[in-house]
Amino acid sequence: MKAYQGEVESVRSGASQAVGVRIVVDGQQGFATAGSLDREVLNQVVKEARENLQFAESDPHQGIAAPDGVVPPGLDLTDDAVLRLSEEDRADVAIELERRCLSADSRITGVRSSAWSDGWGELALASTSGIAVHSEGGSCSIGVQPLAVEGSETQIGYAGDAARRPDALDLDRVVSEAVEDATGMLGATKPPSEKVTVVLEPSVAAAFLGIVVGALTGDRVIKGRSPFAERLGEQIAVAHLTLVDDPTNMESLGADNHDGEGLAARRNVIVDSGVLSQFLHNSYTGRRVGTSSTGSAVRGPRSTPSVGIHALSIVPGVDDREELFAKINKGVFIRGVNGLHSGVNPVSGDFSVGAYGQRIQDGALGEPFREATIASTLQKMLLDIVEIGSDFEFLPSGTGMTSIAIADVALSGI
Amino acid sequence: MSEKIFGPLLDRDLIQETIVTAMSNGGQWAEVFVEDRQSASADFDEGRVESMVSSRDLGAGIRVTVGEATGFAHTADLSSAGLREAARAAAGAARGGDQVEPVTLRGEGVTQNRAEILPSTVSKARKVELLRQTDAAAREVDSAITQVSVRYSEGRRRILVANSDGIFNGDDQTRTLLSVNCVASGDQGLQTGRETVGYTVGFELFDEHDVEAMARRAARRAITKLEARPAPSGQLPVVIQRGGGGVLFHEACGHGLEADLVDRGASVFRDRIGELVASPTVTLVDDGTMGTEWGTIAIDDEGCPSQRNVLIENGVLTDYMWDHLRSRSSRRELSGNGRRQSYQHLPMVRMTNTFVMNGETDPEDIISGTENGIYVAQLGGGQVNTATGDFVFGMTEAYLIEHGRITAPLRESNLIGNGPDVLQNIEVIGNDFAMGSPGTCGKDGQGVPVGDGQPTLRVAALTIGGTAS
Repeated sequence: MKAYQGEVESVRSGASQAVGVRIVVDGQQGFATAGSLDREVLNQVVKEARENLQFAESDPHQGIAAPDGVVPPGLDLTDDAVLRLSEEDRADVAIELERRCLSADSRITGVRSSAWSDGWGELALASTSGIAVHSEGGSCSIGVQPLAVEGSETQIGYAGDAARRPDALDLDRVVSEAVEDATGMLGATKPPSEKVTVVLEPSVAAAFLGIVVGALTGDRVIKGRSPFAERLGEQIAVAHLTLVDDPTNMESLGADNHDGEGLAARRNVIVDSGVLSQFLHNSYTGRRVGTSSTGSAVRGPRSTPSVGIHALSIVPGVDDREELFAKINKGVFIRGVNGLHSGVNPVSGDFSVGAYGQRIQDGALGEPFREATIASTLQKMLLDIVEIGSDFEFLPSGTGMTSIAIADVALSGI
Repeated sequence: MSEKIFGPLLDRDLIQETIVTAMSNGGQWAEVFVEDRQSASADFDEGRVESMVSSRDLGAGIRVTVGEATGFAHTADLSSAGLREAARAAAGAARGGDQVEPVTLRGEGVTQNRAEILPSTVSKARKVELLRQTDAAAREVDSAITQVSVRYSEGRRRILVANSDGIFNGDDQTRTLLSVNCVASGDQGLQTGRETVGYTVGFELFDEHDVEAMARRAARRAITKLEARPAPSGQLPVVIQRGGGGVLFHEACGHGLEADLVDRGASVFRDRIGELVASPTVTLVDDGTMGTEWGTIAIDDEGCPSQRNVLIENGVLTDYMWDHLRSRSSRRELSGNGRRQSYQHLPMVRMTNTFVMNGETDPEDIISGTENGIYVAQLGGGQVNTATGDFVFGMTEAYLIEHGRITAPLRESNLIGNGPDVLQNIEVIGNDFAMGSPGTCGKDGQGVPVGDGQPTLRVAALTIGGTAS
């Protein structure tokens, strides 16, 4: 549901289905998928999967996950509040979101998009190894992009929220963040190029640490595509950094009872006081390195299981954001980054991404800046973390994160 | 090719009936979009076939509008009952208009497939052989190449678009792609090199393109980068190799010329038609008709035939790109830029193949005329803030220019700049136009295939986001 100028702009609805069939024979794997549960299509999918199997090379570690005895957390994720929504309920929120942005600040002249969405999904997985799991649940989200204008300058802001229940969405916070994101950048200039301490706001810190943890997954490690592949048990980060993947915590939208292979979801400590304590594995990568699955298989019906994070979480520090700023003589507060998909090489660890935010001078926030980049390497960044904030929050992505201060990052501008 | 004659995806009468149902609540305009997508891919990694995947997706999206309001519903059930249900759902969200009679559908509802060899007719064994050959060629380059992954993918997308204005058009699009990614390992860690070849063609792609040569280029790129030094930090002149940076124009100004963003005031190019927005050497075109390029289509996803649109001519902004909604509200012609990711999505204004036309300068002279700067051989993906024009790009292969010569390779870093500024700051354009690698453009969560291209050119100054001072 999208609203524009106080009216419903568009309503989109639909249902989709998908099925994936994976067959393993003597270490050869075949897979096929289709967007229909029609019996005729299913027969075709099985036939395709069998055919694909013949061209896959045999791999002794290939196989379907076997039950490992770990008991699932028993989370009740089937809140059906979104199923009781009417079109009017949805329209009210989308229109209200736009209206509140427009009235929050006289410099907000329009809203590019004010959107509501919700969905309900059901998933079943069964295998010849005796796994049979089923789950269903719903979620809803909102997002708004206000435009702030001053003189000839226009800035676009964004904020959003997601939850399992409509009443858990925080409209007030979304409006104030989106308006601040747009108006706060008015008058922003290009900063000088220098090495500075950067404070990453939680969503930015989550993006970076998400890439780091992505390099700690079994498939990347096995294939030598991780700068941390040989570093198990070593100190890869400062001692005050602890990262866990915890899908058993209901507060995260990434919470689940099972992983993508139907094994029980579990809490994994990945970086423990700076030490790389374990890699994440699915059953295949676990077998390859002589260990077992960490319950970290990720997949949908359209793909074979890969390895990934379900609900990354950082252990918070003691200082709030103002206290982090107070310790910095000269630095920048990064409100957002762009070009992450092109600017971070997760194999070499080199990163250089577009950044905008505010300068920090003598312990306090100052002028906004834009059209700059920040650069370092993932490896160095982990060792340059100076502070971890106490401002822990669960982001719409399911990641639990705080602000993080990192020293000696190259800021490029003029 | 003569034996491959395909009819419309769905029966004309069924579509006509669906449009009538869609307008039964007072809808003033309705559209039925039907899509049948068959794709297959094969991944080769660590010297073996890792997976072969095939998929099939078939469904329809029904759109109804009343004034500025749109109702849309999609379904995978293409039976008469399934379409009726989706049409009613869409109609329920767009109601209350004056009664409008839909125009009787006219047109063939089909455009014949242009592929010479439909990839689905080629044996899987032949495809595996191709992957093996590519992998071997990359590994032979140097023992420093420690990992090679190769991906083959083919896709055939048949669409049918019909609307209450009487449009009944179809297309049958085939795309084939091969990409290779090499990891080289050296004293200072790992580096990567990537090459991709992809066109809107069938398996004849591999008669025209040498996958082994491509694999060697990717391997050499990774090896070259092992010796790379950190990129500088700050503003420098940047020379972009032909075909290596068309994506810069896609991001830096293309998105800002999409009428939906312009309409919302979210583009720096709003109200600037007829103004000099770029250096007079710049002519920027979006062309969906261009041979077999990655963004080429016979019709867009609203049934409008693709066309060549000049957006900037000799530096002057001449036009934006349009879809049905935006062209209707501005009372102007369509431009063939209404595209969508799948039948589950609403169309919006999208680019096709976007490129800068040739200038007159010899590319060698552009390099030798640059005292100090950066030579970018290949840009990676990018992102733009259309409201400000600020953009960012990864440089996946770049070198220093010192005293008019290309010298040391540089580690990966980002370029950042501002679209309108860059257009004004293009100092010189070469006469060696080339299209670049196939790309996927993402906008509001929808990905569509696009192409880009440009001759060698120099921008007076861009910010290089490296770590060296």
